[in-house]
Amino acid sequence: MKYLQEFRDPELARNILSEIRAATTRPWAIMEVCGGQTHSIIRHGIDQLLPENIELIHGPGCPVCVTPLDMIDKALAIAAETNVIFCSFGDMLRVPGSEKDLFRVKSEGGDVRTVYSPLDALKIARENPEKEVVFFGIGFETTAPANAMAVFQAKQQNITNFSMLVSHVLVPPAIAAIMDSPTNRVQGFLAAGHVCSVMGYAQYPPLVEKYRVPIVVTGFEPVDVLEGIRRVVVQLENGRAEIENGYKRVVNFDGNIPAQTMLAEVFKTTDSAWRGIGIIPNSGWRLNEKYRAFDAEAKFEVSGIKTVESPLCRSGEVLQGMIKPHECECFGKNCTPRKPLGATMVSSEGACAAYYNYGRLAQIAQRSV
Amino acid sequence: MCLAVPGKVIERFETNGMMMGKMDFDGITKNICLAYIPDIQIGEYALVHVGFAIEKLDEKSALESLELFRNMGFLEEELGETVSS
Ligand code: SF4
Repeated sequence: MKYLQEFRDPELARNILSEIRAATTRPWAIMEVCGGQTHSIIRHGIDQLLPENIELIHGPGCPVCVTPLDMIDKALAIAAETNVIFCSFGDMLRVPGSEKDLFRVKSEGGDVRTVYSPLDALKIARENPEKEVVFFGIGFETTAPANAMAVFQAKQQNITNFSMLVSHVLVPPAIAAIMDSPTNRVQGFLAAGHVCSVMGYAQYPPLVEKYRVPIVVTGFEPVDVLEGIRRVVVQLENGRAEIENGYKRVVNFDGNIPAQTMLAEVFKTTDSAWRGIGIIPNSGWRLNEKYRAFDAEAKFEVSGIKTVESPLCRSGEVLQGMIKPHECECFGKNCTPRKPLGATMVSSEGACAAYYNYGRLAQIAQRSV
Repeated sequence: MCLAVPGKVIERFETNGMMMGKMDFDGITKNICLAYIPDIQIGEYALVHVGFAIEKLDEKSALESLELFRNMGFLEEELGETVSS
């Protein structure tokens, strides 16, 4: 148990682990839908500390990884335009589009800037009135209130040279899609804590009922993850399927109401494509009509994009839990975080990158010797 | 990149009608939008994501997660800067 010392509270972790061991009588497959949890699980070796018959499936919880390829290609096309300052969160720069990534566009002379917050992009727009400033508004429900505020403020302050390329995805419809899939193996979910801090968890009881699947709102810290797993296992072993909040210090049932009010003002739901998975009904947000003037897709005519995904990349299967990252032939060979073939190798929250960064292949090889 | 980092409010002010605050993250200070938890006071902690405070947090959990963030190298990633350790 070399990992346990690294836990904030090794004693607590050890107790939760023995409770999980004692409770587990059968094999169970549990999915986390939060890139932060995936990172935490792999980094702390949580999957290896668990009883062997508990499998963790790393779901589509990394927004960088699921942003659809045609959106990346649109971003690349817009960023290459001469009058544009293209702003993005840093981890989008290396995401492979059909032909290149934002780094390449930048090195070819595009004005691509990394910002910490969408409000920084708005500031750049204010300071550069002769330029068009475009922000790549990606993310789950945690990030959406920030992006919504930037658009709202742009309208309020009449900053007409600002627009947003919006690609927002939502967790609950993804859970439904995973459960509806004929190849689904997931029997319980850890719901992403920080997503729930914004949205609350009122959307989960219907899912729990419809699919008879336990869902536990879970934080991302190692002990939180273990506790989430313990609660899911106890429910499964007792034949229960309920929504539980295992992250009470941050999440309440209703979530953040001012944030949700702003989201409803600026966005409306839309069918959305998830990279590696496909279209999921009502699983994304786009700008409301009222904010169309700030929609980069409407402002820039970027049509005729033909997307080409790397034929070698199996990230779709990774995201759906059909294979583990190291089972992909390219893993660590022609696909590494520096030169990723697929989006799941880019962000440290993507399953492939998490496996790579924490030397999973080496560990697995070692164990099978 | 869906994680939120705990920080402490050290100043409150308004910009363009938006409630803002200066917040401290383990030595790094940043201007953060407080519009989504407008009643937060100086000295209180909140989880911050891409420049926005999204939920209050008690001091004990805040300090504990900050330490964990630092150890996991998430702080730099989430705050978009290099943190000297
Ligand atoms: S290792 Fe690379 S090529 Fe293989 S699935 Fe992951 S991202 Fe795709």
